[in-house]
Amino acid sequence: MTTAVLDPNHPLESPRKNYLNREYGVLSWLLTRDHKRIAILYIVSITLMFFVGGLFAVLMRLELLTPQGDLMTSDTYNKMFTLHGVVMIFFFLIPGIPAVLGNFLLPIQIGAKDLAFPRLNLLSWYLFMIGAIGTFVVVMLGGLDTGWTFYTPYSTQYSNTHVTLVTLGAFITGFSSILTGLNFMVTVHRMRAPGLTWFRMPLFIWALYGTSIIQILATPVLAIALLLLAAERVLRVGIFDPSIGGDPVLYQHLFWFYSHPAVYIMILPAMGVVSEVIAAFSRKRVFGYTFVAYSSLGIALLGFLVWAHHMFVAGISVYSALIFSFLSMFVAVPSAIKVFNWTFTLYKGSVSFQTPMLYALGFIGLFAIGGVTGLFLAALGLDIHVHDTYFIVAHFHYVMVGGVVMAYFAGIHFWWPKITGRMYPEWWGRLAALIVFLGFNLAFFPQFLLGYLGMPRRYHVYVPEFQVLNVMSSAGASVLGVGYLLPLVYFIWSLKFGPKAGPNPWGAVGLEWTIASPPPTENFHETPAVRWEAYDYNAFEEAQRDRAGTP
Amino acid sequence: MTVQAHPDSSHEEHHPRLQHHFETMEQQHEASQLGMWLFLVTEILFFGALFLAYAFYRWLYYDAFIAASHHQNILLGGINTAVLIFSSLTVAMSVYYSQTNRRKGLIVMLILTMVLGLAFLGIKAVEYHEHFEHHLFPGPNFQLPDAPGLAAQAQMFYVLYFFMTGLHAFHMIIGLGIYTWLLIRAMKGEFSSVYYAPIEIGGLYWHFVDIVWIFLFPMLYLIGRHY
Repeated sequence: MTTAVLDPNHPLESPRKNYLNREYGVLSWLLTRDHKRIAILYIVSITLMFFVGGLFAVLMRLELLTPQGDLMTSDTYNKMFTLHGVVMIFFFLIPGIPAVLGNFLLPIQIGAKDLAFPRLNLLSWYLFMIGAIGTFVVVMLGGLDTGWTFYTPYSTQYSNTHVTLVTLGAFITGFSSILTGLNFMVTVHRMRAPGLTWFRMPLFIWALYGTSIIQILATPVLAIALLLLAAERVLRVGIFDPSIGGDPVLYQHLFWFYSHPAVYIMILPAMGVVSEVIAAFSRKRVFGYTFVAYSSLGIALLGFLVWAHHMFVAGISVYSALIFSFLSMFVAVPSAIKVFNWTFTLYKGSVSFQTPMLYALGFIGLFAIGGVTGLFLAALGLDIHVHDTYFIVAHFHYVMVGGVVMAYFAGIHFWWPKITGRMYPEWWGRLAALIVFLGFNLAFFPQFLLGYLGMPRRYHVYVPEFQVLNVMSSAGASVLGVGYLLPLVYFIWSLKFGPKAGPNPWGAVGLEWTIASPPPTENFHETPAVRWEAYDYNAFEEAQRDRAGTP
Repeated sequence: MTVQAHPDSSHEEHHPRLQHHFETMEQQHEASQLGMWLFLVTEILFFGALFLAYAFYRWLYYDAFIAASHHQNILLGGINTAVLIFSSLTVAMSVYYSQTNRRKGLIVMLILTMVLGLAFLGIKAVEYHEHFEHHLFPGPNFQLPDAPGLAAQAQMFYVLYFFMTGLHAFHMIIGLGIYTWLLIRAMKGEFSSVYYAPIEIGGLYWHFVDIVWIFLFPMLYLIGRHY
């Protein structure tokens, strides 16, 4: 384990009062406006959602062990994959990194005392919880079977499950996402510490800024699409209804106008976390910092121009399909810039392989596979061949689970000492990272093969030839499950028994490492001045020595 | 823009309205202003999806949209447009009076704005009532006697009409709520030339809702008329 690089007599060591123990009692949490406490509220609720969503996946993989349907009916299976998708996407992947790590770190990394609108931040969490509880109510009432995409006219005319309630839940949760993005954007614009210019900001902040752009611009379109869908279902009049000349494909356009950029809401913050972790454990400035910063904005903007690649077989014109295919390949450019720059950062760096770094390296490999298979899918001919097969399922799980979840774990391990003031057990951390990586590949690589061979997604039965690959996938899923449960156990253990972490256990650069762990409620006793470029180890450590020397 | 630090701000006077996490009133004001502008951007996208749907179906069912827009009450729509434009003036005046510390003027302007907002909603209700009486509400009772062949497609016009104007009216109601809250605070004398951000961002919201109507009125009442 690395030791703190700061002077051991530093005045910030072991303060008596911090944001965790300043106040006690349930109300001090439920009514808090402290961004750090709100991040803790999110971490608890999002972890719960992650395991609930995972439970649906476990049931699906159990059913798919055998070619015939022997655990559940096709109706139940429809509900399983729908709820897995809704819970994981709307309640884990989209809020995950921004709401937990972003909330905790954004003000600290830019040297502010809090987000610009603390009350709005708390409201975001309540909106999130209303949506989440609504979804739980739907699970109790019997579930939902439309798929997480709520495609019309199935969702408006044929499904007899609780579509209205779930769409309203997603609508409300959408506002939580919009308000978080708005809060982040205003904070980055108006509350940076003196000296922290745009191109001195940590890359995690750039990534969150790109994410906020998407949250602000895309989410309202989903909100209105879901509102129209709910109105159509309740009032039996609506603009997607073919009986009055409505067009269901319009729904798909509105839905994907949000939901394609939404995958960048998930992956951009993940890329930000990986940039931070790679820089910290290579002890080097991120190679091509400016390019990585701009590529976050590039992804955010290009992400808006590719939505119809989800609709190549939905009856759109050949010309628009061609254009969307071309633009979809284009979006690979900024993503590739990031991957190449991370790799160059490792080159000749002092690389050490602590748990966060293992997850970050896993991210790079798995995201590369997920990204390249994305290019296969952007190609019109191949997309038509593998459309709605397990190839798609494998592709987006490589990006979402192999990418976003890996980065989430990298970030949680990296900042755990800052959040709680305690170290997690390093050996167990590395073991869990290895188990997650192996389990993930065993679970999802066979699905590429299954999809390429023609196994369609969303069926609970399949031809017997596919059983071997499906059993491999289910086995991998259980290994993955163990890999996810381990951190839950040792993180809780570390809260009481973990060794105390100093202000900067990793020797990393950044304002969050200049304050105590856990931080005091106001983050900084006096507004800090930033005199170093991002990830400039020499200037940062010099500034720290200066500060420690002059009380 | 980078915020200026005030390392020795302790001896500066702290306005009671300055929240703990801001350095200066100016920074706080700029943050809330930017926040409202960003919120309005999300609102544009929120209405934008409906404008897209309108453009698409108007292109697809051109004749039906022309026929349907002839059933719109252009007089009431026109009066409502005037009412909203006038309310924009009173909103602008309310910001001016708060900036210049004239409390009485501020209160009068806030009340006038709310009266105009209520007038708009009243006239809109009369219009809705007419549509119901003429069987123009989408659903099984929908009728278009002068062009029965186009009835199904004209129904699409009225789906969009009720959805868009309904959403707009909902925003007006929210606006009235905001103005009630502003009025109460103004009567308590909370606003001054140093602290008028709520009046200003409330005004931004009100202006935005007006502008949405400025687009809705020609789309739903006027452009079909000269054929």
